[in-house]
Amino acid sequence: MDIEYESVIGLEVHVQLKTKSKIFSQASTNFGANPNTQACAVDLGLPGVLPVLNKEAVRMAITFGLAVGARIENNSIFARKNYFYPDLPKGYQISQYEIPIVSGGSLDINANGELKKIRITRAHLEEDAGKSIHDLYENESAIDLNRAGTPLIEIVSEPDMRSSKEAVEYLKKIHNLVRYLDICDGNMQEGSFRCDANVSLRAKGSNELGIRTEIKNLNSFKFVEQAINFEISRQTQVLSKGNNVVQETRLYDPNKNQTRSMRSKEEANDYRYFPDPDLLPVEITKETITKIMENMPELPDKRKTRFMDEYGLEEYDVDILISEKSLSNYFEKVVKKVTCDVKFVANWMITELLALSNKHSILPANIPVSPSDFSCLINAISDKRISSKQAKTILEKMWKSGKSPDEIIDEEGFSQISDEGQINKLVDNVLKNHYKSVEEYKNGKDKLFGFFVGEIIKESKGKANPQIVTQILKEKLKDDN
Amino acid sequence: MDKETVSKIANLANIELDDSKVNEVVNNLEKILKLVDEMNSVDTSNLNPMSHPLNLKQELRDDIVLEPNQRELFQENSPNSHDGYYIVPKIID
Repeated sequence: MDIEYESVIGLEVHVQLKTKSKIFSQASTNFGANPNTQACAVDLGLPGVLPVLNKEAVRMAITFGLAVGARIENNSIFARKNYFYPDLPKGYQISQYEIPIVSGGSLDINANGELKKIRITRAHLEEDAGKSIHDLYENESAIDLNRAGTPLIEIVSEPDMRSSKEAVEYLKKIHNLVRYLDICDGNMQEGSFRCDANVSLRAKGSNELGIRTEIKNLNSFKFVEQAINFEISRQTQVLSKGNNVVQETRLYDPNKNQTRSMRSKEEANDYRYFPDPDLLPVEITKETITKIMENMPELPDKRKTRFMDEYGLEEYDVDILISEKSLSNYFEKVVKKVTCDVKFVANWMITELLALSNKHSILPANIPVSPSDFSCLINAISDKRISSKQAKTILEKMWKSGKSPDEIIDEEGFSQISDEGQINKLVDNVLKNHYKSVEEYKNGKDKLFGFFVGEIIKESKGKANPQIVTQILKEKLKDDN
Repeated sequence: MDKETVSKIANLANIELDDSKVNEVVNNLEKILKLVDEMNSVDTSNLNPMSHPLNLKQELRDDIVLEPNQRELFQENSPNSHDGYYIVPKIID
Protein backbone atom coordinates (compact mmCIF):
# COMPACT_ATOMS: atom_id res chain seq x y z
CA MET A 1 0.00 0.00 0.00
CA ASP A 2 1.35 3.40 -0.92
CA ILE A 3 0.78 6.09 1.68
CA GLU A 4 1.07 9.73 0.78
CA TYR A 5 3.12 11.54 3.40
CA GLU A 6 2.98 15.13 4.54
CA SER A 7 6.05 16.77 6.03
CA VAL A 8 5.75 18.72 9.27
CA ILE A 9 8.48 21.24 10.04
CA GLY A 10 9.24 23.49 13.00
CA LEU A 11 12.27 25.75 13.34
CA GLU A 12 14.39 26.92 16.25
CA VAL A 13 16.10 30.10 15.15
CA HIS A 14 19.14 31.39 17.04
CA VAL A 15 19.53 35.13 16.75
CA GLN A 16 22.65 36.79 18.16
CA LEU A 17 21.69 40.12 19.63
CA LYS A 18 23.65 43.19 18.56
CA THR A 19 24.72 44.30 22.03
CA LYS A 20 28.20 45.70 22.63
CA SER A 21 28.84 43.57 25.70
CA LYS A 22 27.84 40.02 26.59
CA ILE A 23 24.58 39.01 28.18
CA PHE A 24 26.02 38.42 31.67
CA SER A 25 29.47 40.05 31.55
CA GLN A 26 31.15 43.25 30.41
CA ALA A 27 33.36 41.55 27.81
CA SER A 28 33.05 42.65 24.19
CA THR A 29 30.97 40.72 21.65
CA ASN A 30 32.95 41.92 18.60
CA PHE A 31 33.41 39.26 15.95
CA GLY A 32 36.86 38.24 14.76
CA ALA A 33 39.03 39.14 17.76
CA ASN A 34 42.07 37.01 18.58
CA PRO A 35 41.05 33.80 20.38
CA ASN A 36 40.06 34.16 24.02
CA THR A 37 40.89 37.87 24.24
CA GLN A 38 37.21 38.64 24.88
CA ALA A 39 36.49 35.87 27.36
CA CYS A 40 36.48 37.19 30.93
CA ALA A 41 36.19 35.44 34.29
CA VAL A 42 32.36 35.32 34.05
CA ASP A 43 32.47 33.84 30.54
CA LEU A 44 35.04 31.28 31.67
CA GLY A 45 32.90 30.27 34.64
CA LEU A 46 35.68 30.85 37.17
CA PRO A 47 34.74 30.31 40.81
CA GLY A 48 33.15 33.22 42.65
CA VAL A 49 31.81 35.15 39.67
CA LEU A 50 28.22 36.29 39.31
CA PRO A 51 26.28 36.95 36.12
CA VAL A 52 24.66 40.40 35.80
CA LEU A 53 22.02 40.73 33.11
CA ASN A 54 22.50 43.18 30.23
CA LYS A 55 19.58 45.65 29.99
CA GLU A 56 19.99 46.05 26.25
CA ALA A 57 19.64 42.29 25.63
CA VAL A 58 16.35 42.36 27.52
CA ARG A 59 15.16 45.36 25.53
CA MET A 60 15.99 43.63 22.23
CA ALA A 61 14.16 40.44 23.22
CA ILE A 62 11.09 42.48 24.16
CA THR A 63 11.33 44.40 20.87
CA PHE A 64 11.19 41.13 18.96
CA GLY A 65 8.26 39.89 21.04
CA LEU A 66 6.24 43.03 20.43
CA ALA A 67 7.00 42.92 16.70
CA VAL A 68 5.43 39.46 16.37
CA GLY A 69 2.47 40.25 18.60
CA ALA A 70 3.64 38.01 21.44
CA ARG A 71 3.05 38.19 25.16
CA ILE A 72 5.88 39.67 27.25
CA GLU A 73 6.19 37.98 30.63
CA ASN A 74 6.41 40.47 33.47
CA ASN A 75 8.37 38.03 35.63
CA SER A 76 10.59 35.95 33.44
CA ILE A 77 13.18 33.56 34.91
CA PHE A 78 16.53 32.08 33.89
CA ALA A 79 17.38 28.40 34.14
CA ARG A 80 20.48 26.27 33.85
CA LYS A 81 20.62 23.82 30.99
CA ASN A 82 23.17 21.23 32.09
CA TYR A 83 25.49 19.41 29.72
CA PHE A 84 29.21 18.86 29.31
CA TYR A 85 31.09 20.11 26.32
CA PRO A 86 34.50 21.84 26.21
CA ASP A 87 33.12 25.04 24.68
CA LEU A 88 30.74 25.42 27.64
CA PRO A 89 33.09 26.08 30.56
CA LYS A 90 30.50 26.24 33.36
CA GLY A 91 28.99 22.85 32.53
CA TYR A 92 25.66 24.58 31.99
CA GLN A 93 24.23 27.15 29.66
CA ILE A 94 22.17 29.94 31.18
CA SER A 95 18.91 29.81 29.25
CA GLN A 96 15.20 30.03 29.98
CA TYR A 97 12.87 27.09 30.45
CA GLU A 98 9.75 27.88 32.39
CA ILE A 99 8.47 31.41 31.79
CA PRO A 100 10.54 32.60 28.81
CA ILE A 101 10.54 36.34 28.22
CA VAL A 102 8.44 36.07 25.02
CA SER A 103 5.61 33.63 24.37
CA GLY A 104 3.10 33.32 21.57
CA GLY A 105 2.91 35.58 18.53
CA SER A 106 3.06 34.74 14.86
CA LEU A 107 4.40 35.72 11.45
CA ASP A 108 2.64 35.61 8.09
CA ILE A 109 4.58 34.02 5.25
CA ASN A 110 3.87 33.80 1.56
CA ALA A 111 3.06 30.15 0.80
CA ASN A 112 2.36 29.64 -2.92
CA GLY A 113 0.91 33.11 -3.27
CA GLU A 114 -1.27 32.89 -0.18
CA LEU A 115 -0.64 34.29 3.27
CA LYS A 116 -0.04 31.59 5.84
CA LYS A 117 0.27 32.18 9.57
CA ILE A 118 3.20 30.52 11.30
CA ARG A 119 2.74 30.48 15.07
CA ILE A 120 5.63 31.23 17.36
CA THR A 121 5.70 29.13 20.53
CA ARG A 122 8.21 31.19 22.44
CA ALA A 123 11.40 33.20 22.27
CA HIS A 124 13.82 32.98 25.16
CA LEU A 125 17.04 34.72 26.12
CA GLU A 126 20.19 32.66 26.51
CA GLU A 127 23.96 32.80 26.24
CA ASP A 128 25.86 31.44 23.27
CA ALA A 129 28.57 28.80 23.77
CA GLY A 130 32.20 29.13 22.67
CA LYS A 131 33.65 27.63 19.53
CA SER A 132 35.45 24.33 19.14
CA ILE A 133 37.92 24.06 16.30
CA HIS A 134 38.68 20.46 15.40
CA ASP A 135 40.88 20.79 12.34
CA LEU A 136 43.62 23.04 13.75
CA TYR A 137 45.62 20.34 15.53
CA GLU A 138 45.91 16.69 14.72
CA ASN A 139 45.12 15.07 18.05
CA GLU A 140 43.53 17.89 19.98
CA SER A 141 40.66 20.34 19.70
CA ALA A 142 41.16 24.08 20.15
CA ILE A 143 38.67 26.13 22.15
CA ASP A 144 37.93 29.82 21.59
CA LEU A 145 35.59 31.25 24.22
CA ASN A 146 35.17 34.72 22.71
CA ARG A 147 31.65 33.79 21.64
CA ALA A 148 30.75 32.33 25.05
CA GLY A 149 28.19 34.60 26.68
CA THR A 150 27.08 36.41 23.53
CA PRO A 151 23.36 37.11 23.95
CA LEU A 152 20.94 35.08 21.84
CA ILE A 153 17.25 34.82 21.49
CA GLU A 154 16.08 31.38 20.45
CA ILE A 155 12.82 31.68 18.55
CA VAL A 156 10.84 28.43 18.57
CA SER A 157 8.03 27.99 16.05
CA GLU A 158 5.07 25.64 16.15
CA PRO A 159 5.32 22.78 13.61
CA ASP A 160 3.29 24.83 11.13
CA MET A 161 5.41 24.50 8.00
CA ARG A 162 4.74 21.84 5.40
CA SER A 163 7.70 22.12 3.02
CA SER A 164 11.31 23.21 2.93
CA LYS A 165 10.16 26.19 0.88
CA GLU A 166 7.82 27.36 3.62
CA ALA A 167 10.57 26.88 6.19
CA VAL A 168 12.93 29.07 4.16
CA GLU A 169 10.19 31.70 3.69
CA TYR A 170 9.65 31.82 7.44
CA LEU A 171 13.38 31.98 8.13
CA LYS A 172 13.85 34.82 5.63
CA LYS A 173 10.96 36.64 7.22
CA ILE A 174 12.58 36.48 10.66
CA HIS A 175 15.97 37.35 9.17
CA ASN A 176 14.52 40.48 7.60
CA LEU A 177 12.54 41.38 10.71
CA VAL A 178 15.45 41.25 13.15
CA ARG A 179 17.47 43.52 10.90
CA TYR A 180 14.62 46.02 10.59
CA LEU A 181 14.39 45.94 14.38
CA ASP A 182 18.15 46.49 14.48
CA ILE A 183 18.62 43.74 17.06
CA CYS A 184 20.84 41.42 14.97
CA ASP A 185 23.29 41.98 12.11
CA GLY A 186 21.92 38.88 10.35
CA ASN A 187 25.37 37.73 9.25
CA MET A 188 24.88 34.02 8.65
CA GLN A 189 28.47 33.32 7.67
CA GLU A 190 29.66 34.63 11.02
CA GLY A 191 26.96 32.62 12.78
CA SER A 192 24.91 35.59 13.98
CA PHE A 193 21.80 33.94 12.59
CA ARG A 194 21.41 30.14 12.42
CA CYS A 195 18.75 27.55 12.94
CA ASP A 196 17.85 23.98 13.84
CA ALA A 197 15.05 22.26 11.94
CA ASN A 198 12.65 19.70 13.39
CA VAL A 199 11.31 17.44 10.66
CA SER A 200 8.75 14.66 10.80
CA LEU A 201 6.34 12.94 8.42
CA ARG A 202 2.78 11.79 8.83
CA ALA A 203 0.12 10.29 6.60
CA LYS A 204 -1.56 13.08 4.69
CA GLY A 205 -4.74 14.14 6.47
CA SER A 206 -3.65 12.83 9.85
CA ASN A 207 -3.63 15.19 12.82
CA GLU A 208 -1.07 13.30 14.84
CA LEU A 209 2.59 14.21 14.72
CA GLY A 210 5.10 11.62 13.57
CA ILE A 211 8.46 10.96 15.19
CA ARG A 212 10.80 13.83 14.46
CA THR A 213 14.49 14.34 13.96
CA GLU A 214 16.32 17.56 14.72
CA ILE A 215 18.86 18.88 12.23
CA LYS A 216 21.43 21.07 13.96
CA ASN A 217 23.22 24.29 13.12
CA LEU A 218 22.07 25.25 9.65
CA ASN A 219 23.70 28.52 8.69
CA SER A 220 22.46 29.34 5.21
CA PHE A 221 19.04 29.46 3.55
CA LYS A 222 20.28 27.02 0.93
CA PHE A 223 21.45 24.49 3.54
CA VAL A 224 18.13 24.75 5.38
CA GLU A 225 16.28 23.90 2.19
CA GLN A 226 18.63 21.09 1.17
CA ALA A 227 18.86 19.55 4.64
CA ILE A 228 15.07 19.47 5.06
CA ASN A 229 14.58 18.01 1.59
CA PHE A 230 17.16 15.33 2.28
CA GLU A 231 15.56 14.51 5.62
CA ILE A 232 12.07 14.30 4.06
CA SER A 233 13.23 11.80 1.46
CA ARG A 234 15.26 9.83 4.01
CA GLN A 235 12.28 9.53 6.36
CA THR A 236 9.96 8.67 3.46
CA GLN A 237 12.23 5.75 2.62
CA VAL A 238 12.38 4.58 6.24
CA LEU A 239 8.59 4.68 6.59
CA SER A 240 7.91 3.13 3.19
CA LYS A 241 9.94 0.08 4.23
CA GLY A 242 7.69 -0.27 7.26
CA ASN A 243 10.36 0.91 9.71
CA ASN A 244 10.13 3.65 12.33
CA VAL A 245 12.01 6.94 12.27
CA VAL A 246 14.39 7.17 15.23
CA GLN A 247 14.06 10.33 17.26
CA GLU A 248 17.55 11.80 17.19
CA THR A 249 19.76 14.78 16.50
CA ARG A 250 21.28 14.87 13.04
CA LEU A 251 23.98 16.96 11.44
CA TYR A 252 23.80 18.29 7.89
CA ASP A 253 26.91 17.83 5.76
CA PRO A 254 26.72 20.36 2.90
CA ASN A 255 29.57 18.69 0.99
CA LYS A 256 27.72 15.39 0.76
CA ASN A 257 24.25 17.00 0.87
CA GLN A 258 23.04 14.55 3.49
CA THR A 259 22.28 14.39 7.20
CA ARG A 260 23.88 11.94 9.59
CA SER A 261 23.15 10.88 13.13
CA MET A 262 25.02 12.68 15.95
CA ARG A 263 25.10 9.76 18.36
CA SER A 264 27.13 11.69 20.91
CA LYS A 265 24.17 13.99 21.55
CA GLU A 266 21.76 11.21 22.53
CA GLU A 267 23.04 10.52 26.02
CA ALA A 268 23.23 14.19 26.84
CA ASN A 269 19.69 15.07 25.83
CA ASP A 270 18.56 15.05 29.47
CA TYR A 271 19.42 18.63 30.38
CA ARG A 272 18.07 18.68 33.97
CA TYR A 273 16.91 22.30 33.82
CA PHE A 274 16.47 24.15 37.09
CA PRO A 275 16.11 27.87 37.95
CA ASP A 276 19.51 29.56 38.10
CA PRO A 277 20.06 30.61 41.73
CA ASP A 278 22.53 33.30 40.56
CA LEU A 279 19.81 35.22 38.77
CA LEU A 280 16.64 36.74 40.14
CA PRO A 281 13.34 36.99 38.26
CA VAL A 282 13.43 39.74 35.63
CA GLU A 283 10.65 42.22 36.19
CA ILE A 284 9.37 43.94 33.07
CA THR A 285 7.02 46.80 33.80
CA LYS A 286 4.22 48.13 31.63
CA GLU A 287 6.16 51.41 31.35
CA THR A 288 9.16 49.58 29.88
CA ILE A 289 6.95 47.86 27.33
CA THR A 290 5.18 51.09 26.41
CA LYS A 291 8.48 52.86 25.91
CA ILE A 292 9.81 50.11 23.65
CA MET A 293 6.53 50.10 21.71
CA GLU A 294 6.82 53.86 21.15
CA ASN A 295 10.31 53.49 19.71
CA MET A 296 9.42 50.58 17.46
CA PRO A 297 10.72 51.17 13.90
CA GLU A 298 8.47 50.64 10.89
CA LEU A 299 8.21 46.88 10.33
CA PRO A 300 8.80 45.29 6.89
CA ASP A 301 5.18 44.22 6.35
CA LYS A 302 3.96 47.71 7.10
CA ARG A 303 6.60 49.29 4.92
CA LYS A 304 5.60 46.95 2.10
CA THR A 305 1.96 48.05 2.26
CA ARG A 306 2.99 51.68 2.46
CA PHE A 307 5.31 51.41 -0.58
CA MET A 308 2.50 49.84 -2.59
CA ASP A 309 -0.10 52.42 -1.51
CA GLU A 310 2.04 55.53 -1.40
CA TYR A 311 4.15 54.93 -4.51
CA GLY A 312 1.81 52.70 -6.51
CA LEU A 313 4.54 50.10 -7.02
CA GLU A 314 3.98 46.45 -7.94
CA GLU A 315 4.26 43.85 -5.17
CA TYR A 316 7.12 42.11 -6.95
CA ASP A 317 9.23 45.28 -7.01
CA VAL A 318 8.33 46.21 -3.45
CA ASP A 319 9.34 42.76 -2.20
CA ILE A 320 12.81 43.34 -3.63
CA LEU A 321 13.10 46.86 -2.25
CA ILE A 322 12.05 45.91 1.28
CA SER A 323 14.12 42.72 1.34
CA GLU A 324 16.90 44.79 2.90
CA LYS A 325 16.21 47.62 5.31
CA SER A 326 19.14 49.63 3.94
CA LEU A 327 17.83 49.23 0.41
CA SER A 328 14.35 50.50 1.26
CA ASN A 329 15.88 53.44 3.18
CA TYR A 330 18.05 54.19 0.15
CA PHE A 331 15.03 54.10 -2.13
CA GLU A 332 13.12 56.59 0.01
CA LYS A 333 16.06 58.98 0.11
CA VAL A 334 16.29 58.90 -3.69
CA VAL A 335 12.55 59.32 -4.17
CA LYS A 336 12.58 62.53 -2.15
CA LYS A 337 15.08 64.10 -4.54
CA VAL A 338 13.80 63.13 -7.96
CA THR A 339 11.31 64.83 -10.22
CA CYS A 340 10.33 61.78 -12.26
CA ASP A 341 7.96 58.85 -11.79
CA VAL A 342 8.74 56.73 -8.71
CA LYS A 343 8.35 53.57 -10.75
CA PHE A 344 11.28 54.73 -12.87
CA VAL A 345 13.44 55.02 -9.73
CA ALA A 346 12.41 51.54 -8.57
CA ASN A 347 13.30 50.08 -11.98
CA TRP A 348 16.69 51.71 -12.00
CA MET A 349 17.48 50.58 -8.48
CA ILE A 350 16.42 47.01 -9.12
CA THR A 351 17.82 46.48 -12.62
CA GLU A 352 20.95 48.63 -12.50
CA LEU A 353 22.04 49.41 -8.95
CA LEU A 354 21.31 45.95 -7.54
CA ALA A 355 22.85 44.33 -10.60
CA LEU A 356 26.06 46.20 -9.84
CA SER A 357 25.99 45.24 -6.18
CA ASN A 358 25.54 41.60 -7.21
CA LYS A 359 28.32 41.85 -9.76
CA HIS A 360 30.73 43.29 -7.19
CA SER A 361 29.38 41.10 -4.34
CA ILE A 362 28.62 44.19 -2.28
CA LEU A 363 25.78 44.12 0.25
CA PRO A 364 23.09 46.74 -0.42
CA ALA A 365 24.10 48.40 2.88
CA ASN A 366 27.56 49.09 1.41
CA ILE A 367 26.64 50.46 -2.02
CA PRO A 368 29.33 53.08 -2.69
CA VAL A 369 27.03 55.39 -4.67
CA SER A 370 25.24 57.81 -2.35
CA PRO A 371 21.45 58.17 -2.64
CA SER A 372 21.95 61.83 -3.49
CA ASP A 373 24.35 61.09 -6.38
CA PHE A 374 22.05 58.34 -7.60
CA SER A 375 19.09 60.74 -7.62
CA CYS A 376 21.14 63.27 -9.66
CA LEU A 377 21.77 60.52 -12.20
CA ILE A 378 18.06 59.67 -12.35
CA ASN A 379 17.24 63.36 -12.84
CA ALA A 380 19.78 63.65 -15.64
CA ILE A 381 18.04 60.79 -17.45
CA SER A 382 14.54 62.13 -16.92
CA ASP A 383 15.63 65.62 -18.02
CA LYS A 384 17.00 63.98 -21.18
CA ARG A 385 20.47 65.36 -20.55
CA ILE A 386 21.82 61.85 -20.95
CA SER A 387 20.47 58.68 -22.50
CA SER A 388 19.71 55.56 -20.51
CA LYS A 389 22.59 53.85 -22.21
CA GLN A 390 24.98 56.60 -21.19
CA ALA A 391 23.56 56.56 -17.68
CA LYS A 392 24.51 52.92 -17.29
CA THR A 393 28.11 53.68 -18.20
CA ILE A 394 28.12 56.71 -15.92
CA LEU A 395 26.71 54.66 -13.03
CA GLU A 396 29.53 52.15 -13.38
CA LYS A 397 32.05 54.99 -13.31
CA MET A 398 30.32 56.47 -10.24
CA TRP A 399 30.52 53.09 -8.55
CA LYS A 400 34.26 52.79 -9.19
CA SER A 401 35.40 56.38 -8.68
CA GLY A 402 32.95 57.74 -6.12
CA LYS A 403 32.51 60.82 -8.32
CA SER A 404 29.20 62.57 -8.78
CA PRO A 405 27.34 62.05 -12.08
CA ASP A 406 27.77 65.74 -13.02
CA GLU A 407 31.54 65.49 -12.63
CA ILE A 408 31.63 62.45 -14.89
CA ILE A 409 29.30 64.01 -17.47
CA ASP A 410 31.51 67.13 -17.61
CA GLU A 411 34.84 65.34 -17.61
CA GLU A 412 34.04 62.73 -20.19
CA GLY A 413 31.80 64.73 -22.46
CA PHE A 414 28.75 62.60 -21.84
CA SER A 415 25.64 64.42 -22.69
CA GLN A 416 22.84 63.74 -25.00
CA ILE A 417 22.23 65.47 -28.28
CA SER A 418 18.64 66.60 -28.25
CA ASP A 419 19.09 69.51 -30.66
CA GLU A 420 16.80 68.84 -33.62
CA GLY A 421 19.00 70.66 -36.11
CA GLN A 422 21.99 68.50 -35.20
CA ILE A 423 19.97 65.33 -35.30
CA ASN A 424 18.45 66.33 -38.67
CA LYS A 425 21.93 66.42 -40.12
CA LEU A 426 22.82 63.03 -38.66
CA VAL A 427 19.67 61.49 -40.08
CA ASP A 428 20.27 62.98 -43.52
CA ASN A 429 23.81 61.67 -43.57
CA VAL A 430 22.84 58.16 -42.63
CA LEU A 431 19.95 57.98 -45.11
CA LYS A 432 22.24 59.25 -47.85
CA ASN A 433 24.90 56.64 -47.08
CA HIS A 434 22.34 53.86 -47.05
CA TYR A 435 20.19 54.91 -49.99
CA LYS A 436 19.81 51.29 -51.11
CA SER A 437 18.35 50.31 -47.77
CA VAL A 438 16.04 53.29 -47.96
CA GLU A 439 14.72 51.91 -51.24
CA GLU A 440 14.18 48.50 -49.67
CA TYR A 441 12.41 50.11 -46.73
CA LYS A 442 10.06 51.92 -49.04
CA ASN A 443 9.34 48.64 -50.78
CA GLY A 444 8.02 47.29 -47.51
CA LYS A 445 11.02 46.04 -45.54
CA ASP A 446 9.82 47.67 -42.30
CA LYS A 447 12.44 45.97 -40.17
CA LEU A 448 15.10 48.33 -41.54
CA PHE A 449 13.74 51.15 -39.39
CA GLY A 450 15.61 49.81 -36.38
CA PHE A 451 18.75 49.52 -38.48
CA PHE A 452 18.55 53.23 -39.38
CA VAL A 453 18.07 54.23 -35.75
CA GLY A 454 21.08 52.14 -34.78
CA GLU A 455 23.27 53.70 -37.49
CA ILE A 456 22.25 57.22 -36.50
CA ILE A 457 23.03 56.60 -32.84
CA LYS A 458 26.35 55.07 -33.85
CA GLU A 459 27.12 58.10 -36.02
CA SER A 460 26.46 60.33 -32.99
CA LYS A 461 28.79 58.18 -30.87
CA GLY A 462 25.86 57.16 -28.72
CA LYS A 463 24.87 60.70 -27.85
CA ALA A 464 21.77 61.26 -29.94
CA ASN A 465 18.49 61.14 -28.05
CA PRO A 466 16.81 58.02 -29.46
CA GLN A 467 13.30 59.38 -29.07
CA ILE A 468 14.05 62.47 -31.12
CA VAL A 469 15.94 60.37 -33.66
CA THR A 470 12.91 58.11 -34.06
CA GLN A 471 10.60 61.05 -34.43
CA ILE A 472 12.69 62.82 -37.09
CA LEU A 473 13.44 59.60 -38.91
CA LYS A 474 9.76 58.75 -39.17
CA GLU A 475 8.99 62.16 -40.65
CA LYS A 476 11.85 61.98 -43.12
CA LEU A 477 10.95 58.55 -44.41
CA LYS A 478 7.34 59.67 -44.74
CA ASP A 479 8.33 62.95 -46.47
CA ASP A 480 10.32 61.13 -49.08
CA ASN A 481 7.30 59.11 -50.07
CA MET B 1 15.16 5.51 43.30
CA ASP B 2 17.18 2.54 42.11
CA LYS B 3 20.79 1.76 41.26
CA GLU B 4 20.26 2.25 37.59
CA THR B 5 18.82 5.76 38.03
CA VAL B 6 21.66 6.74 40.34
CA SER B 7 24.25 5.52 37.85
CA LYS B 8 22.53 7.42 35.06
CA ILE B 9 22.44 10.66 37.07
CA ALA B 10 26.09 10.23 38.06
CA ASN B 11 26.98 9.72 34.43
CA LEU B 12 25.03 12.83 33.31
CA ALA B 13 26.70 14.88 36.05
CA ASN B 14 30.15 13.56 35.11
CA ILE B 15 30.64 12.14 38.61
CA GLU B 16 32.63 8.97 39.04
CA LEU B 17 30.69 6.69 41.36
CA ASP B 18 32.28 3.55 42.74
CA ASP B 19 29.99 0.52 42.52
CA SER B 20 30.46 -0.10 46.26
CA LYS B 21 29.09 3.37 46.98
CA VAL B 22 25.95 3.11 44.86
CA ASN B 23 23.78 1.58 47.57
CA GLU B 24 24.72 4.29 50.03
CA VAL B 25 23.86 7.01 47.52
CA VAL B 26 20.53 5.33 46.72
CA ASN B 27 19.67 5.39 50.43
CA ASN B 28 20.68 9.04 50.83
CA LEU B 29 18.68 10.12 47.81
CA GLU B 30 15.68 8.13 49.05
CA LYS B 31 15.79 10.14 52.28
CA ILE B 32 15.94 13.41 50.39
CA LEU B 33 13.04 12.40 48.16
CA LYS B 34 11.02 11.50 51.25
CA LEU B 35 11.65 14.97 52.58
CA VAL B 36 10.50 16.42 49.28
CA ASP B 37 7.36 14.28 49.47
CA GLU B 38 6.70 15.60 52.92
CA MET B 39 7.02 19.17 51.65
CA ASN B 40 4.74 18.33 48.75
CA SER B 41 2.02 17.36 51.21
CA VAL B 42 1.66 21.01 52.26
CA ASP B 43 -1.21 22.73 50.49
CA THR B 44 0.35 25.51 48.38
CA SER B 45 -2.49 25.89 45.91
CA ASN B 46 -3.08 29.53 46.87
CA LEU B 47 0.61 30.51 46.73
CA ASN B 48 2.66 31.70 43.79
CA PRO B 49 5.70 29.51 43.14
CA MET B 50 9.05 31.20 43.84
CA SER B 51 11.96 30.78 41.50
CA HIS B 52 14.34 32.30 44.02
CA PRO B 53 14.35 32.33 47.85
CA LEU B 54 14.85 36.09 48.00
CA ASN B 55 11.90 38.23 47.16
CA LEU B 56 13.98 40.54 44.98
CA LYS B 57 14.07 41.49 41.31
CA GLN B 58 17.04 41.19 38.97
CA GLU B 59 19.12 44.33 38.63
CA LEU B 60 20.03 45.11 35.03
CA ARG B 61 23.33 46.62 33.93
CA ASP B 62 24.00 49.04 31.07
CA ASP B 63 25.46 47.65 27.87
CA ILE B 64 29.06 48.82 28.29
CA VAL B 65 32.31 46.97 27.56
CA LEU B 66 34.64 47.25 30.54
CA GLU B 67 36.53 43.95 30.63
CA PRO B 68 40.18 44.18 29.61
CA ASN B 69 41.91 41.30 27.87
CA GLN B 70 43.42 39.09 30.59
CA ARG B 71 43.99 36.03 28.49
CA GLU B 72 47.57 35.42 29.60
CA LEU B 73 46.53 35.53 33.25
CA PHE B 74 43.61 33.14 32.74
CA GLN B 75 45.63 30.73 30.66
CA GLU B 76 48.18 30.34 33.45
CA ASN B 77 45.44 28.29 35.12
CA SER B 78 44.85 26.16 32.07
CA PRO B 79 46.59 22.79 31.84
CA ASN B 80 47.10 23.26 28.12
CA SER B 81 46.90 26.30 25.89
CA HIS B 82 48.49 27.17 22.58
CA ASP B 83 48.33 30.14 20.18
CA GLY B 84 45.77 31.70 22.51
CA TYR B 85 43.47 28.66 22.37
CA TYR B 86 42.54 26.38 25.24
CA ILE B 87 43.56 22.90 24.16
CA VAL B 88 41.44 19.85 24.97
CA PRO B 89 41.47 16.20 23.90
CA LYS B 90 40.05 15.76 20.41
CA ILE B 91 36.27 15.86 20.37
CA ILE B 92 34.38 14.80 17.27
CA ASP B 93 30.63 14.56 16.80
